[in-house]
Amino acid sequence: MTLLWGFLWGVAAVATIAGGAILGVWWERKVSARIQMRYGPQQIGPFGSLQMIADVPKLLFKEDIVPALADKAIFKYAPLFVFGPVAVSMVVIPFTAGWAPLDTSVGVLFFLAVPSIEVIAILLSSWASHNTLSTLGGLRATAQMISYEVPRSLAVLAIVLLAGSLRPLDVVAAWRWWWMPLTFVAFVIYFIASIAEMNRGPFDIPEAESELVAGYFADYSGMRWASFMMAEYGAMIAASLFGAALFFGGGWPFGGALGVVVLVVKAVLIMTAIMWVKWTFPRLRQDQLMSFCWKVLTPLALVQLVVIGVVLAWL
Amino acid sequence: MTEQTIVNIGPSHPSTHGVCRVVVTLDGEIVTHAEPIIGHLHRGIEKMAENRTYLQVVPLTDRLDYVGSMYANWAYCRAVERLAGIRVPERAEYIRVIVCELQRIASHMMGIGSTGADTGAFTAFMYAFAQRDHVVELFEALCGARLTYNYVRPGGVSMDLPEGWVEQCRAFTAQHPSAMLELDRLLFGNVIARARLKGVGVLSADDAVAWGASGPTARGSGVDWDLRRDDPYSVYPRFDFQVPLGENGDSYDRARIRLWECVESCKIIDQALDQLEPGLVKAEGLPRLLAPRPGDAYDHIESARGSLGVYLVSDGTPRPYRMKVRSPAFCNLALLPLLAEGHTLSDLVVILGSLDPVFGEVDR
Repeated sequence: MTLLWGFLWGVAAVATIAGGAILGVWWERKVSARIQMRYGPQQIGPFGSLQMIADVPKLLFKEDIVPALADKAIFKYAPLFVFGPVAVSMVVIPFTAGWAPLDTSVGVLFFLAVPSIEVIAILLSSWASHNTLSTLGGLRATAQMISYEVPRSLAVLAIVLLAGSLRPLDVVAAWRWWWMPLTFVAFVIYFIASIAEMNRGPFDIPEAESELVAGYFADYSGMRWASFMMAEYGAMIAASLFGAALFFGGGWPFGGALGVVVLVVKAVLIMTAIMWVKWTFPRLRQDQLMSFCWKVLTPLALVQLVVIGVVLAWL
Repeated sequence: MTEQTIVNIGPSHPSTHGVCRVVVTLDGEIVTHAEPIIGHLHRGIEKMAENRTYLQVVPLTDRLDYVGSMYANWAYCRAVERLAGIRVPERAEYIRVIVCELQRIASHMMGIGSTGADTGAFTAFMYAFAQRDHVVELFEALCGARLTYNYVRPGGVSMDLPEGWVEQCRAFTAQHPSAMLELDRLLFGNVIARARLKGVGVLSADDAVAWGASGPTARGSGVDWDLRRDDPYSVYPRFDFQVPLGENGDSYDRARIRLWECVESCKIIDQALDQLEPGLVKAEGLPRLLAPRPGDAYDHIESARGSLGVYLVSDGTPRPYRMKVRSPAFCNLALLPLLAEGHTLSDLVVILGSLDPVFGEVDR
């Protein structure tokens, strides 16, 4: 019975991410088009909203190319392990007051830890491609994703410290509006580090189009390529939802079904900001990225922790 | 020192600006050696010119620098005119100046836009291209073509300005400088762009002269050299304009002075439109088939990429005996190994973009 429930939850999570990714791609196309003085998709469906429905079959029918010199088994299955962890991490998100798909006492830790498996899958896929540009991309991704987990975790720790619990539902229940100004720096750090985690601009160095063509997934095509894209959008959706839940009180001030709507609206706002940043800023260089992580974000996150510690002692 | 990796950038790559292959030797991420391999776009234009009449060569010159066809047209026509002793009517000279300054804007928009695209700021690319599109539309109204114009001909230009064109052109120059200021804030004012471009690929003024660099590449290093002012041709002495100079010779200066050159070009266009008077646009009494007396001629102009020269030898027949193009993009590209060494792979792409090569002109 538990197995059946687990299976159903898995299907629901994948469907949510796939649907979310489709809407996310459409939304990004519209947002980026507006930023660039264009219209974006507008022919298929109202405001071009069905464009992606047309694009998905195209991806499904594309030839699945496996390079002759690739390590075939790893090359074929690595995309699954890029997408999988992102889907799994979604289950602990507290969608509304008192309800999360999986209510666990270490939910916050789970959310931070599980997507880290993605790094291994990315490294494997880049290595298996047998392509210098892919390998460089994979190495860049590994350094970047492992480094940015430090400030990201420290930023989330600020909220955990205030709430006194690692259970996401407890965090949302304990959340007060005055946490927002107090944890503003932590949110900014979480925001930046999350962008770096999901390899999006201005931190899309591992897949830098103008340098490495597409980096670690340069040799992928069709649905295998799409699973990298879904992982990227999935990570963006998960990070936005989780950020909205932790830093902006989830469904606050509403509960129940309305709470879910409020959470989604907040998440869409965060997601739009992520897109806005990507389509405005140039890309950092690898060494600048690493020094920004270790010399700016990490110390700043530690200072934020100290500030919150002082506030808690004073309360 | 780790084991060195050899990475092929190109010939088909998003940021080689055409078909260039760069064989890069990497130590980790650091470039220890970069070797541009050219010739993928070699069509033998100089040789082809020997089998065509003087007028038939003009469309070939369009295909040299396909981002700035007007320049190649003009440089070639000046050499022919010098060879055959043709006097060009004043109105034609003004029109040539106007279209070539518009061409400079169009070409620099491509250069600045791709600097944006190379650093990952694709929005800056779109903003630059919106401006370029205005110019291309003006050219389309002028001669029907958007890329290869075949407009400047020996003895003048192929046709007069169409009705209402001057007003359209004025409307463009009126809005262009403010658009440049916006682009400056969007791209060159950005903190990440500054970090990516400043101090990357520093070219000293001495090196720039020694390697034969010209145009914005040399002026970015502070070499005060512009043929429009220092070896004046056509009606340029009648215009008041500045030559923007860089200070540090890095990618930032090279890319950014292109922006100010566009603003100066607008000034020149405005002055030329003010001074434009009715008259002939093509010299009268030209023979259908030009056959200059035996001899040779060289003439050069300041193109968007630098000093563009054409050398022609005539043996008295209606076809050139020899044509040689002095290509600024070729000379500037030669700097790439010098500039890229010691920088990262990401910087190599930025440096290549800041040299703004067009491979139609490099390979010819």
